[in-house]
Amino acid sequence: MPEKVLMKGNEALAEAAIMAGCRYFFGYPITPQTEVAMHMSKRMPKVGGVYLQAESEVAAINMVLGASAAGARAMTSSSSPGISLKSEGLSYIAGSDVPAVIANVQRAGPGLGGIQPSQADYFQATRAAGHGDFKMLVLAPSTVQEIIDLVADAFALGDEYRMPVMILSDGLLGQMMEPVVIDETKKINIPERPWAISGHENKRKHNVVNSLYIEPPDLEAILKARYEKYELIKKKEQRCEEYMTDDAEIVVVAYGASARISRSAVDAARKDGIKAGLIRLITLWPYPDDAIISRMATAKAFLCVEMSMGQMVDDVRLIVGGKRDVRFFGRTGGMIPTPAEVLREIKNIKGGF
Amino acid sequence: MDPKGLTVICGHYGTGKTNFAINYAIDAVREGKSVTLVDMDVVNPYFTSSEYAEILRKKGVKVISPSFATTNLDIPALPASMYSIFDTTDSVILDAGGDDAGATVLGRFSRKIIDRGYEMLYVTNMYRPMTSTPEDSVGILREIENACGLKATAVVNNSHLKELTTASTITDSLQYAKEVSRSAGIPLMFSVAPRHLSGKLPADEHFYLSDIYVRTVWEEGEPTC
Repeated sequence: MPEKVLMKGNEALAEAAIMAGCRYFFGYPITPQTEVAMHMSKRMPKVGGVYLQAESEVAAINMVLGASAAGARAMTSSSSPGISLKSEGLSYIAGSDVPAVIANVQRAGPGLGGIQPSQADYFQATRAAGHGDFKMLVLAPSTVQEIIDLVADAFALGDEYRMPVMILSDGLLGQMMEPVVIDETKKINIPERPWAISGHENKRKHNVVNSLYIEPPDLEAILKARYEKYELIKKKEQRCEEYMTDDAEIVVVAYGASARISRSAVDAARKDGIKAGLIRLITLWPYPDDAIISRMATAKAFLCVEMSMGQMVDDVRLIVGGKRDVRFFGRTGGMIPTPAEVLREIKNIKGGF
Repeated sequence: MDPKGLTVICGHYGTGKTNFAINYAIDAVREGKSVTLVDMDVVNPYFTSSEYAEILRKKGVKVISPSFATTNLDIPALPASMYSIFDTTDSVILDAGGDDAGATVLGRFSRKIIDRGYEMLYVTNMYRPMTSTPEDSVGILREIENACGLKATAVVNNSHLKELTTASTITDSLQYAKEVSRSAGIPLMFSVAPRHLSGKLPADEHFYLSDIYVRTVWEEGEPTC
């Protein structure tokens, strides 16, 4: 294979999971995610892995729970309506302290919505992926190369913290083609899973993977311990990329495909002498609070650009706490904002200073 | 364009079939032909030639798109107007969907296509992982032929790395293209190259210079407002 190859976001997502040692994929077709499953169905048999098309999304996520509880690196993927169906299983995975990687190639909602790209599942991913007190790590790639890198990180983080990790992609990133480098020499480091239900062979006490606790005080204690872990993750795992923010008066905040559109708009604004910059989020949970706080030094206003009616903007408002102007620009329903539209918003804000 | 006037463009998905089909159609108009382009990709609803229907119409190409193409409906179907290509005197280009799944749609029309006479161009790209070796590429070609009941008549080498394509990206693929052609037993029609590289390519090879139509929203140049 040549050093650089041309890959679709969805193919790259699947191939990166195989490279990360994932050998169990449980899926169900839905546009615009189907190439992930398609690629897995072609590649898994060649690497001694299992590709299984489940009878439903609910079945697929529970197969991930089972495979992961038994100690395997397992994964599922879907697109927005399918992720809603997986929410029960996601909650069970979090409640069982089991690692798993879940990819959401977002499309427009609510309901059946539409098949075009969207970022309207931000609240679902970061706030309410299922019932009960729990969090998922949420990673948001913005290029096909970054999909490859973040899928590897997702498996590693899941193992480190024993929790579900979501790759939040969208129909645009999933379907577009970009040149990428696939480093096949990279060593895979899969840590031991002493907690896994993989057979005790009379050498240890039997392990239990479970999310049911009979005594309320026990459950409360477990949840409190889990939230201490979440606090540690908030300190250690915040990630973002800053672009031209050093002296920025207008700081655009965006992730995924919207961040690439925003970057073009920031470049154009700079050409017009406007001090604009971009914070591109890489982790959506934990939210990169620290970057927003440190940019408040120069920023007069923050502009959140999303393919939704405005969801991530709430996090910026919470962090900024009313001390700076926080604006929102979005397109939704499968519509994609253009760099010209974002530039117009930046100019509108500048005009108000 | 083939004198019989019906060109089927097929290949692995993501090889650049649609961008090539758009160029091929526009060039045929420039040669003075009356051209109809049919988007037959009912498998994947993204980056299909229907999205470029407006550009194509402006350049004088007639476009037949699947019903509901570019909308949110995930049940694309070929329109009845599809049958007009068997009555027209236009040059017709069929842009098939990717792989055997995309080619299956062609099978429904294979009798009529064979009766009308056709050329079928197999587009391949060395930089796509599933067609990166001549063996893999010919394997996919055979799956396509089996699915649609038509035989490819020539290979089009569309090896590229999108915006990172340089002259050496293309020259490095020439040996690969010749091997695909030899092992498929059909001629290599040409290698596709972006127009701006025209002066940097070897003079003794046959190149087809193309423009880039299929791109993402942030690749469309500097925004203005």
